[in-house]
Amino acid sequence: MPRLEEHCWRRSCTSRVESKNYYRENWVASKAEEMMSIITSVLSNVYGSLHSVQTANLIRRGLVLFTVGVFLALVLNLLQVQRNVTLFPEEVMATLFSSAWWIPPCCGTAAAVVGLLYPCIDSHLGEPHKFKREWASVMRCIAVFVGINHASAKLDFANNVQLSLTLAALSLGLWWTFDRSRSGFGLGIGTAFLATVITQLLVYNGVYQYTYPDFLYVRSWLPCIFFSGGVTAGNIGRQLAMGGVEKLHND
Amino acid sequence: MTVRERLREKISAAFYRHGLLCASYPVPIILFTSASILACCYPLLRLPLPGTGPVEFTTRVRDYTVPSHEPQGDLGERPDWYRGPPVAYIQQVLVKAAVSPWDSTLVPVDVFRSPLGRVFSLLEEIRNHVHNDGSGVRSLEALCLQVTDLLPGLRRMQTVLPEHGCLLVSPGNYWQNQRELFDSDPDLLKTVHQHEPKGLHTSATLRDLLFGVPVKHTGVSLYSRKRVVTYTITMVLGSYDARFLSSLRARLRQLHPSVNCSLREDHMVHVHFKEEIGMAELIPLVTTYIILFAYIYFSTRKIDMVKSKWGLALAAVVTVLSSLLMSVGLCTLFGLTPTLNGGEIFPYLVVVIGLENVLVLTKSVVSTPVDLEVKLRIAQGLSNESWSIMKNMATELCIILIGYFTLVPAIQEFCLFAVVGLVSDFFLQMFFFTTVLSIDIRRMELADLNRRLPAEAGMPPPKPGPLRPREAPPPPRPSPYTITLQTPAFRNLRLPKRLRVVYFLARTRLAQRFIMVGTVIWIGILAYTDPAGLRTYLAAQVSEQSPLGEGGAGGLPPHLGVASVFPGPGGDPASTLSVLPAPAEPTPLPENQSQGHHGAPREGVPHQAQAPPLVPQISWGAEDEEGWRRLSFRHWPSLFSYYNITLAKRYISILPVIPVTLHLSPREAIETRHPQDTRHPPPPKHLAAREHPYLLIYKLSALGLAAGVLLVLLLFCLYRVLCPRNYGQNGVAHGRRRRGDLPCDDYGYSPPISEISPLLLRGHSMDIECLASDGMLLASCCLAGQIRVWDAQTGDCLTVIPKHGGCWEQRDGWDAVGVAEPENLGGGTEPGGRVFDEDEGYPLRRRTTPRPALFEDQPDLTPLIDTNFDSQPPSHLLLTPPRDGFDFGGLVERAYLEHEPPSPGLTASYPSPSPPSGPPPQRRRSLGYIQPPVPQGQGTPDWESAVWAMELRGNLIAAGRSSGKLELWDAVEGSLRCSNEDGVSGITALAFLNNRIVAARLDGSLDFFTVDINKPLGLLQYRGPPGRSNIPPSPCYSSEDVISCQLTRSVQCAHQKPITVLRAAAGRVVTGSQDHTVRVYRLEDSCCLFTLQGHSGGITAIYIDQTMVLASGGQDGAICLWDVLTGSRVSHVYGHRGDVTSLVCTTSCVISSGLDDLICIWDRSTGIKLYSIQQEVGCGASLGVISESLLVTGGQGCVSFWDLNFGDLLQTVYLGQSSDGQGVRQLVVLNNAAIVCDFGSELSLVYVPSVLEKLD
Repeated sequence: MPRLEEHCWRRSCTSRVESKNYYRENWVASKAEEMMSIITSVLSNVYGSLHSVQTANLIRRGLVLFTVGVFLALVLNLLQVQRNVTLFPEEVMATLFSSAWWIPPCCGTAAAVVGLLYPCIDSHLGEPHKFKREWASVMRCIAVFVGINHASAKLDFANNVQLSLTLAALSLGLWWTFDRSRSGFGLGIGTAFLATVITQLLVYNGVYQYTYPDFLYVRSWLPCIFFSGGVTAGNIGRQLAMGGVEKLHND
Repeated sequence: MTVRERLREKISAAFYRHGLLCASYPVPIILFTSASILACCYPLLRLPLPGTGPVEFTTRVRDYTVPSHEPQGDLGERPDWYRGPPVAYIQQVLVKAAVSPWDSTLVPVDVFRSPLGRVFSLLEEIRNHVHNDGSGVRSLEALCLQVTDLLPGLRRMQTVLPEHGCLLVSPGNYWQNQRELFDSDPDLLKTVHQHEPKGLHTSATLRDLLFGVPVKHTGVSLYSRKRVVTYTITMVLGSYDARFLSSLRARLRQLHPSVNCSLREDHMVHVHFKEEIGMAELIPLVTTYIILFAYIYFSTRKIDMVKSKWGLALAAVVTVLSSLLMSVGLCTLFGLTPTLNGGEIFPYLVVVIGLENVLVLTKSVVSTPVDLEVKLRIAQGLSNESWSIMKNMATELCIILIGYFTLVPAIQEFCLFAVVGLVSDFFLQMFFFTTVLSIDIRRMELADLNRRLPAEAGMPPPKPGPLRPREAPPPPRPSPYTITLQTPAFRNLRLPKRLRVVYFLARTRLAQRFIMVGTVIWIGILAYTDPAGLRTYLAAQVSEQSPLGEGGAGGLPPHLGVASVFPGPGGDPASTLSVLPAPAEPTPLPENQSQGHHGAPREGVPHQAQAPPLVPQISWGAEDEEGWRRLSFRHWPSLFSYYNITLAKRYISILPVIPVTLHLSPREAIETRHPQDTRHPPPPKHLAAREHPYLLIYKLSALGLAAGVLLVLLLFCLYRVLCPRNYGQNGVAHGRRRRGDLPCDDYGYSPPISEISPLLLRGHSMDIECLASDGMLLASCCLAGQIRVWDAQTGDCLTVIPKHGGCWEQRDGWDAVGVAEPENLGGGTEPGGRVFDEDEGYPLRRRTTPRPALFEDQPDLTPLIDTNFDSQPPSHLLLTPPRDGFDFGGLVERAYLEHEPPSPGLTASYPSPSPPSGPPPQRRRSLGYIQPPVPQGQGTPDWESAVWAMELRGNLIAAGRSSGKLELWDAVEGSLRCSNEDGVSGITALAFLNNRIVAARLDGSLDFFTVDINKPLGLLQYRGPPGRSNIPPSPCYSSEDVISCQLTRSVQCAHQKPITVLRAAAGRVVTGSQDHTVRVYRLEDSCCLFTLQGHSGGITAIYIDQTMVLASGGQDGAICLWDVLTGSRVSHVYGHRGDVTSLVCTTSCVISSGLDDLICIWDRSTGIKLYSIQQEVGCGASLGVISESLLVTGGQGCVSFWDLNFGDLLQTVYLGQSSDGQGVRQLVVLNNAAIVCDFGSELSLVYVPSVLEKLD
């Protein structure tokens, strides 16, 4: 039983951001995959037509975001693993790298998409993000995001409502502290909603399940994690987009 | 709103006052802060250190009861984890067995085969032991910890470790506790080894687990010298039954008595294990720390404009860390014990508290005006940011308070820590960091002052020099220059990459720091984890060697007896009674065992006991008492973890060991032999001489010492390799310079500039207007129209070309010569001995520099010249009246004789001057009336008009006057050689090249003159009587070369507007005019080659040199580079707001100065601005290039030397004390790297000795 629970935990957390485009049998997932590819191709076409340097820049940013996403997914997976198995690191490492190998790439892709979307939307809306635009702030944001995950994994709460409310407050605090832009909030909400729906669908189709689902089929704190993840990825993406410009100026 | 404003004002005022306070008393405040930090951290001492090492607590066995779950306040010494029953009780039976007496017929395997074989009978004994008293029958089955399956990952251990039953481990587990398997095992060691994991491992191995003692101590090896086998039988008990255990102990002791065993048996040790940090938890932890460090890095990177970036970054980190420590300490003080994992929440706390305030403070302070006092700067910076700091803090406190009301205990605790941490962080920021910042800023200002020191250090203390008045160093003033560098990338442009890497390594001492940090960490890890067991090893060595231990081990049988009287839990006489007979009670079960096994020891023990001590001596020492201490601290957790039982945050109780001594006879050993045992080769006899343990320690320490010395040497070599003392210097003498006095650039390269002392050339009465030089001579013309010719090497005044009464001044000079002459030549022919006495104080100056070729045919009379006018007046006054009859003729004659003049026919050089010593006595006599020199040449000097332009070539001075007259003067004699009055418009610029003179006139016309030299015949006659000094000088001039100056061509309308600049080089004449054009003429035929258009303002500066580089600068601030051969524009840049005042090119760059007081350095090939130097107002016009990398600029009363490659100020040389507004207006660089600048009415001659050396 604890084993099952653990398994589900891992599943639940590793699919935190849109882990949509990987389930072959699932029609929705394939649709989502299509959509994502269309979006990315459109985006890359738009940018590529603008300037080849910009394309290179975009690819570089995407790669960085992808790496960050993969890394965070791996780390946060580990964070969620129950404690009493930690005495057997080889087993943990084995399960981490064998069973759910497709999850980190998904998270990375999702992080790249979200992180590229944020500056794009900013520029389309014509309100460039100026609030605390510096790497120190971005690092702080990532640290807080990891902290939120940490709290969701390790803290003992009296009940699920409390846990969800706390995490929701923390996520909002994250947004308020590091973002404070309407577009950021909207995109974060959108990400959270989409990702939650997809997770629900995945669970509904039996890809995996939660032991204690308290929100339809999933845990109720999942949207909060998705939201803060989206905000964090967007923060990194914006900084990357700006850092490139800054560097050009310096040169 | 008003309340808010008022609050804001008050906060700002409070911060201002606080800033003043901090900056005023930095040291007391830092001391106070450190004291308060330490005081707040004091409670932390009571907290356990973080780490994964187990903690112990010892209780007595006798009155042991299982601790209750409720904490009992009265027992202060009890640790808080000592609650409730332990996970398990560990009872070890420590077996030491030996075959004795050792027999030479025995093979090495015998050392351990039969002793190990005895484990099975012992196991039987233990398993079957039953204790029966009134309360019931107890056996091991009932008491032991029942275990279930092994973890699924451990299939390979299934055959070895027990499953589904008592957790009882012993070496017998290797053979499934079956004697038959053991007996039929051909190679015991192989069986033992096959379960060992391959490779390096740190945690407990199976061998450790089963043997219960470290591998070294088991003695199960073919080469064991002691021939004693040690192993344990470990029983893990689920519940504690004192009576059963004591009966078992007594039984085993009875069966296998240990005669000399004095182990203490009255203490049990409870071991509490911390959480193990596994890989899975470590990775997120490490990640959070990496994020934390990235955060700190990115934050502190923003600290700028301070003296020590690293120092301030360190201070910022210290601020945050100590505020955290303070918060934990304070919370502990008020009774809140931290339950959270400190290591886990620490990064989050740091992130929550943040470094932002510190950075904001720094930024605000450094952005205050630099010229303010430090105190005021700090105060202003603080008060500027006070409102935002307070606002941020209030917001953060609110957020954290909201977090506190989530009512989740962990979050509440976190929030509590965060609140206290925030408050203490604020406190530290205000007191600690602000003070550190003030100290830093003060240091920076001091450093600014120090930067100016080299200029003063460069000036030697004033010496009593008669001719060179040297000025005392002026008081330190604020730095005259601030240099603004555009991008550091360009500054490094010139250095090769390889050098840059080396410089970078050397500058940051990266390798050394890295190695040092690594070593410190490594040593720390060594000391902390003690993986080699060094501590226990040393302890064991010491206890083995100490005589006390031996005595204690040998001589305590009575104590043993006493201890055995009360083996059980005291207090109950009945139980004591029931226990005591237990050993004697013949248990039925042992009878079931084969008698043979028991018989041997029973007979053997007394036998062996009385036998004389044989080679395998079984001794029981203090280290056997708690043998488990020698095991890895992961021993027990790993044993339990195999059964999925965690010991994290729990404890086990280890009961005193039961010692069992086994002596086996050689016969038995031989009997139990496996047929294959004898095949083993005999052990090598004494692989090494048995070393004394002390010797081993000595050897170890010697090795360590040698390694340390080697490491130090290695580091030293590395240091020398990476940071040679002389960075790119070849000079040995460089090392003796004091480093602090010299400016260094970023790379630690200090330029080779030693003492620079300006020579002041005085004599002009008004401001100097024109300067000209040909390298040897220097001509200057002041507003009064007086032209003075100086020796560029020594600074002596050679000639004065007067306007009115100039002859008198000139004669004064010769007077001085006359006075000094006899002294120099040692001539005793002079009658005026009294005069000599007076003049003895004036040393003569000898010239060693080569004279121009012009003087080859003449004796060198220059040593006779003394132009020390300033110090002469008294003697001069004294001398003038009585000197009427003096005749210097003989003196000069002697000088001529000494010279041995060459044959007169060879004297073909055109300006052969007459003996200069002739006229002075003559003039002396004619003191009363003015007799201006009447030149017999082509004209008379025009004293009425001012000299507008002057050039000097050879010894001819070409002077262009405002009246349009061109005059040629002899630079040595001061006589007018010819003049030309063809033009009427004033000559604004002159160029003198070869034998051509080009004059630009005010009306825009350009005149080309040719200088012709005709040798008169009278020269030869003159040469004949050199000593006739009494002859009046005027006819002599007429007999000299006739120099004529003819106008060859006049370009009437060279420019539409006045010509402003005229330069000639490489056979080209370039003119610049206010009509926005530059024209290039060929010098030979005065043909206009190009008219260069491109400027949108009048031309103000032109540079052309021998390599045909042409650059022009205009009033529009533009600088154009032209190709002189094709007339095309190479590049065109706008660099200045206002006129370009001067332009100089080197092979790689163009240097321009403008009216905006900016000196810009451009890359010549690309036209990119490399960097610019901002100068003081009004002194940006004059500049010159001494060598490829040395730029000199004039400032207010000083000249500054700059390194062109880096743009660093090398040195500033002050020209005089009276530097009030006297700017350097003109600056001429001579061939021998002396710089002449006009400085009001004085000229300054500044040498750059190092460049001189280089040129030589």
